[in-house]
Amino acid sequence: MSSITLFLIAIGLGLAGWLAARAKAWSFQQETSAKQMAARPNYHAWYVALWITIPAILFALVWTIVAPQLVLQSVLASEAAASLPEFGFQRQAILSEAQAVASGNASSVFNPAANDFIEPFREATSRYGLIGIAITAIIAFGCGLAAFLRLRPDFTARTRVERTVMFILLLASLVAILTTFGIFASLVFETFRFFGMVNPIDFLFGTFWGPDPMSNAENPDSSRYGAIPLFWGTIYIGAIIAMIVAIPLGLMSAIYLTQYANPKVRAWVKPALEILAGVPTVVYGYFAALTVAPAIRDLAFSVGFTNASSESALAAGLVMGVMIIPFVSSMADDSIAAVPSAMRDGSLAMGATTSETIRKVLVPAALPGIVAGVMLAISRAIGETMIVVMAAGAAANLTGNPLEAMTTVTFQIVAMLTGEGSFDHPATLSAFALGFVLFLVTLGLNFVALRVVKRFREAYE
Amino acid sequence: MSNIITPTRSDEFAKRLKKRYAAERRFKLAGLSAIVFSVGVLIFLLSSMTFNGISGFQRAELAVPINVAEAGIATNAEQLSLGSAVQGLQAQGLADVVQFAAVQSLGEEGAAELSTQAWRDVASDLIANPSLAQRSHTFNLPASADLAAGLNNEGSPELQVLADRLESDGVLSENFDFGFLQRSDATDPQLVGIWGALKGSILTMIVTLLMAFPIGVLAALYLEEYAPKNRWTDVIEVSINNLAAVPSIIFGLLGLAVFLWLFPNFRSAPLIGGMTLALMTMPVIVISGRNAIKAVPPSIRDGALAVGASPIQVVFHHVLPLALPGILTGTIIGMARALGETAPLLMIGMRAFVATPPDGFTAPATVLPVQIFLWSDEIDRGFVERTSAAIIVLLLFLLLMNGLAIYLRNKFEKTW
Repeated sequence: MSSITLFLIAIGLGLAGWLAARAKAWSFQQETSAKQMAARPNYHAWYVALWITIPAILFALVWTIVAPQLVLQSVLASEAAASLPEFGFQRQAILSEAQAVASGNASSVFNPAANDFIEPFREATSRYGLIGIAITAIIAFGCGLAAFLRLRPDFTARTRVERTVMFILLLASLVAILTTFGIFASLVFETFRFFGMVNPIDFLFGTFWGPDPMSNAENPDSSRYGAIPLFWGTIYIGAIIAMIVAIPLGLMSAIYLTQYANPKVRAWVKPALEILAGVPTVVYGYFAALTVAPAIRDLAFSVGFTNASSESALAAGLVMGVMIIPFVSSMADDSIAAVPSAMRDGSLAMGATTSETIRKVLVPAALPGIVAGVMLAISRAIGETMIVVMAAGAAANLTGNPLEAMTTVTFQIVAMLTGEGSFDHPATLSAFALGFVLFLVTLGLNFVALRVVKRFREAYE
Repeated sequence: MSNIITPTRSDEFAKRLKKRYAAERRFKLAGLSAIVFSVGVLIFLLSSMTFNGISGFQRAELAVPINVAEAGIATNAEQLSLGSAVQGLQAQGLADVVQFAAVQSLGEEGAAELSTQAWRDVASDLIANPSLAQRSHTFNLPASADLAAGLNNEGSPELQVLADRLESDGVLSENFDFGFLQRSDATDPQLVGIWGALKGSILTMIVTLLMAFPIGVLAALYLEEYAPKNRWTDVIEVSINNLAAVPSIIFGLLGLAVFLWLFPNFRSAPLIGGMTLALMTMPVIVISGRNAIKAVPPSIRDGALAVGASPIQVVFHHVLPLALPGILTGTIIGMARALGETAPLLMIGMRAFVATPPDGFTAPATVLPVQIFLWSDEIDRGFVERTSAAIIVLLLFLLLMNGLAIYLRNKFEKTW
């Protein structure tokens, strides 16, 4: 709550500075004639307001991160801390319980040992809260005053404000790079820690997956970290079963909508497909687990496969394919629409039927775009999490039987990180290694697909 | 010239033509069936959710007449308006009073199947309407989950018999459960509600919007209006395009490794969830924002520049207001996607059992899709219907947002 106060202070003082500076600039305008002003009063106001809010908000951000550490330090320096267990889980539990009570998130503690820490926490929190408010106010006042004193009638406030705005714009666009870098750095860092414990060769080429989060973290059994069954499950569900459903249905839907359907049908069906694309994946997952998987199991039983399990790769793959249909359809739609109509008209004028034109002219011409769309669809399917978590099962089977349970990379990431294992255990860290593989594969697919699409567009423009 | 055999007369040609037309019809039929299949799946999905979900908005309730004043519980309007009114009623033994009244009207067997938390419903009814305490009033109280299953002809045979008997007596019935929209998570499907998760979702979405919208719009403006064409700009563009296609679970890993490392105290808080989803939503806003900005004709910029506006003024006074409807449409679509997102929030620990609605951006919370996921894992049959009801709520919100986006697009879209 205290950080929100800091931001509110920064914004409030900024507003005050804005008003004060504008009043001063107005008075300049009254004294001198308007023509001699180098900038309009509003820009003087913005100049002061930016000088107040930006340093104050920067400080508030840093303080939000630093303050909890300072609070913890001062609590640990108090007398009660001597009785704390040295390290480990209990120490953490006591401290976090006391903190929850002190900040009002909980009403009482389970562990009586935490009672001693409530007061120190409360005290330290309020002390550092006040210090934070004071420093924010001082920074805002100091910077604001310095800026305010620089205001003159001939002060070029506008160019300075615009330079700042430009800088902020640049920073905003750098967030994308920063995010990419953040993903890459955190994945690489944790993956290296994982490979320090488990041999990368065993991980990439081993065929048995069965990490035990409760085993001794010091000496992990490398042979339990073979990820091939996961890769196979991911490819089998996402790139084979789902695509067998999605490619024909998506492509035919796109062809029918663009070439055959009358505008009225199109006006209704296109939004319906968009709704299909907008349904959250957790809903698909629920649908797969509750409706599709039992139906498939019963069907398999009636045909005579008595070993069919209630969680099957087929159920997850089918539902995932349905989820991908609108995606494939819209990509195919775009690339077919990009084919110059002269090619289509030429074919029709030669006497070819519509379907012949589509099969022999439009689709071959649009093929690069369609292939790129399919690649994007695959990258989407293999990164899909909720459907497989809810319907595909946890057993890492290396099999070609779609009726068996199969697990995927994303399923294991969720399983490893939501389990009970500690953060330093190789089983937990394996999630990051799996995430890194997933990231690289989807990145590669997207990169190639986007290049193909670009080439393809250029070819017809 | 005169003795050319017109090919249409040839039998072989007619045969070939017939074959080609048949192929044409088959092809068209294949396209049509693809469409019918896709739309059919959509209709099946929505209708099965609605069908299941409607009973999720209801719950089995037992009608129990209780005279609170006669039972010796002192209530006055002043006491009941205090924040501690529920504790006060509990201390006076309201639970026993309810149980006793239930035994009298339903018999031992029936009263045993009254939910153990039923007195809380009585308490909140009393607080909402203190005059109920002064006379005998029939409260509709939640039955136990087992009895609710019995009412649906599921579960143990004894309870099915009991449920039939109580139903024919007119004391057991399925009633619309308003409380479903007001309560939070619980272990008993009869007592769960969606409000805690919904509030968590709203708080998370506020954080996401506050972060992703300004950054996304500013980045789009920079890239479209000012960025010089060089290597750096290319890197930014490539990374935005790639971020838009990175699987959402990877963002969860980022949130886990970076945000939770920076703010270890805010585990499973809407703040962290919102920040993670903001990184995911931002590329969507940038891409749609750039398209909207690109659609503003250059003559607007030239006109503003010609009358002496600075480049910043051109963009902020002219281009941005004109592009704003398009940007907003993209933003709403991106937010709708973020609202339905589950996997990254599982990663950062928003899957805890949270029995009270979160009271701030830093309090532990869960969100609607995660709540759906958690309920779908429950073994109790009663949760199946509740899950579908929660899905209906989520889909309604998404429909609302998408409808707003379409409305904005149709209302403000300009073709120059």
